[in-house]
Amino acid sequence: MTMENQPIAYDLFDKDEYVINIGPQHPSTHGVLRLITSLKGENVQKIIPYIGYIHRGIEKMCEKDTYQQIIHLTDRLDYLSAHMNNHAVCLLVEKALEVEVPERVKYIRTIIDELCRIQSHQLFWSAFGMDLGGLTCFFYGLRDREKILDIFEQSFGSRLLHSYFCPGGLMNDIHPDFQKNTKAFIKYFRRILPEYDRLLTGNVIFKERTVGMGFLSKEDAIAYGVTGPSGRASGFASDIRKHEPYAVYDKVDFKEIIYNEGDVFHRYKARIDEMWESMKIIEQLIDNIPEGDYTAKMKPVLRLPAGDYFQSVETARGHLGVYVISDGNKTPFRMRFRSPNFSNLFVLDHITVGNKIADLVAINGSLDLVLPDIDR
Amino acid sequence: MTNEQLKEKILLLVPEALALENKQYAEFLIPAEKFHELALALRNSEDTAFDYLVNLTGVDLLPDLMVVYHLKSTKHGNYIVLKQKTSDRVNPEFNTVSDIWITAEWHEREVFDLFGINFSNHPDMRRILMDEQYQGYPLRKDFVDEINIIER
Repeated sequence: MTMENQPIAYDLFDKDEYVINIGPQHPSTHGVLRLITSLKGENVQKIIPYIGYIHRGIEKMCEKDTYQQIIHLTDRLDYLSAHMNNHAVCLLVEKALEVEVPERVKYIRTIIDELCRIQSHQLFWSAFGMDLGGLTCFFYGLRDREKILDIFEQSFGSRLLHSYFCPGGLMNDIHPDFQKNTKAFIKYFRRILPEYDRLLTGNVIFKERTVGMGFLSKEDAIAYGVTGPSGRASGFASDIRKHEPYAVYDKVDFKEIIYNEGDVFHRYKARIDEMWESMKIIEQLIDNIPEGDYTAKMKPVLRLPAGDYFQSVETARGHLGVYVISDGNKTPFRMRFRSPNFSNLFVLDHITVGNKIADLVAINGSLDLVLPDIDR
Repeated sequence: MTNEQLKEKILLLVPEALALENKQYAEFLIPAEKFHELALALRNSEDTAFDYLVNLTGVDLLPDLMVVYHLKSTKHGNYIVLKQKTSDRVNPEFNTVSDIWITAEWHEREVFDLFGINFSNHPDMRRILMDEQYQGYPLRKDFVDEINIIER
């Protein structure tokens, strides 16, 4: 096929460039992401990501929905951080209506957020290991993730898209066995997590492929807006839990994981360390859940006072911002999700150029992208 | 820097700026022609140092089109919200800020895609989420799609 007959995307490259297309249906892109890559020999010269294959127009849909209905749409953004997405909208509505939620709700929300973070990082670990050729990781990771999903299923009735938080509190109270099962899981996972390190972190082949690869400096991380573990591995202290605490994060003791190396290995390491921190947070809270109601008293129809509202939360991938412009109606006038993955994907071209095409898989994997969050 | 000090500083830099009411953050409406200059000053000045562009998005206010910028300083930890408006719905155009915060490059492409707002001096102004042959700007309030949007 001559260049003239190619689809529009190829116009962006010179005629003598060697262009290959990766995706949108490629297992290493973790979703429908298309990367059009120009090569010189084996080295990547330029990457143009194509997104939008699963653009559902969630922001447009939100303009027609009430705030209680929007909760169910936010699950479908970053489905591995479903609870944190719900949490962002709940906090925003509660802040706008000046509702004080019961302490019990804050404790439960924090515990569940952290459980959700652990299962997300477990899936990252599984998939990242598999990307680099360690298929065993996938089985080990999913084996442990099942245990968290079982806890979720017991209390919320679903395993992936829970919609458990609602403005004012929770949809229903936690299962009577929730505390017992969570504690059993933490006990189990404290024993298992060093096994992850033995299996993958110290592996020589794994280290050869990750250490020093895909370097991102702190200045670039800030300029590109790379947040979450990916940004913190470059030294960008962006943890919203620490800097703009919500729920009961200001009452618990945990460390913000920061590395200054900014390579693939430390982006990976930051996530492993975050799992330890999340377990620490859960252990501090699980025995101290106060008694009380699981929801504040809310009106059936929520009308936010006219004005602008912005709420940030820390999802498993970074800084999620929810921006609402309300005109006093029961539906938002404009709703916007600042998705962490959108900015994190944009940096891919910058950190991959000059590396080998085989390392693209490792670098892309280390950003831990979830495509529905990018496309919205 | 407190919101009051921030307000003083911005009004000093751009006297035409309009401070808007916002319970959470300092918020300003900036005339479009002064925006780029102010954004650069806010990032480079030591006492403001807004080096992290959190969010950039468009809003259709009917009849005006607005672009909203949420900036955060990683040094001081505070936020500022800047807005700029245009009444031109046919060829709306603003200056790009992607030379100041590079992350704006994709955010501006998204605003172009969904609102039809053009950003001058942008290095790569193409649609990002919708198909390249797509007609219309879905997030505008007067957008009509008889097949996919059902009015209740």
